[in-house]
Amino acid sequence: MQPSLESYLALSGILFTIGAVGVIYKRNAIGVFMCIELMLNAVNLTFVSFSRYYGDATGQLFVFMVMSVAAAEAAVGLGIIIAFFRNRISVDVDDASILKF
Amino acid sequence: MVSSVIFFLLAGFAIACAISLVYHKNPLYSAISLIGVFIALAGLYVTLAATFIAVTQILVYAGAIMVLVVFVIMLLNLDEDKPLNRLRHLYVIGAGLGVALLAQTFFIFYAVLKTPKTPAEPDQLAGSPMSIGLAMYTEYLLPVEIVGVMLLMAIIGAVILVRKMEQPEIEALSEDVSDKRIE
Repeated sequence: MQPSLESYLALSGILFTIGAVGVIYKRNAIGVFMCIELMLNAVNLTFVSFSRYYGDATGQLFVFMVMSVAAAEAAVGLGIIIAFFRNRISVDVDDASILKF
Repeated sequence: MVSSVIFFLLAGFAIACAISLVYHKNPLYSAISLIGVFIALAGLYVTLAATFIAVTQILVYAGAIMVLVVFVIMLLNLDEDKPLNRLRHLYVIGAGLGVALLAQTFFIFYAVLKTPKTPAEPDQLAGSPMSIGLAMYTEYLLPVEIVGVMLLMAIIGAVILVRKMEQPEIEALSEDVSDKRIE
């Protein structure tokens, strides 16, 4: 017996909510970054489960797009975090409250 | 029956790892929890007959991206988060907003499931690398090209962001330019 589409969607919704709460709750910039990755993965699970239940490969193709965006985000986001750490010796998002140095 | 048991085991593991990701103060523990979520999701993709996506998930997320994150955590030698006292009274509002978001997500999925759906043929396996590759290089060629340009932009942006340039170096560069203009 295959688990139904609803159970996959419920899992995806729960993971997305945990990620969104983590983005609000975390103060460490790298923690916020990892919670955003969790949200992207929850959306990927939705894509793949709909792709399976409609028998269409397009959903899995767009998982590839999301993964590419996540990889680009990792490169640029971690670059920003390192540049910020050089200026402030901290990665706390509370310290990033001004827009210039 | 067996696939249901596997689904609930993997789903429970994913949710437990996600909660541990948010709960832990040490960023390295959070990173290891996130790797657990990625591996559980790869297992779920296998149960959804998307083996190619599952392999890519392990390679790109658990391999490349998490190695980069752990590398940065180690490089910056981060401390644990300090306990936050200033905004403690806002935690209740945050929890309420989280519950509201969860309800909203479930409502969206409920509305989607109410729409009539065409049942998939059981023998039509959409997860094979061939069907993904065919769709990628025929129907969806333009998005793939745009993703390629975006990755190039990310590479250049990351190099420019992290490159260290001292103030005298920038002044020397601008003096060079003005000298050439005078000549």
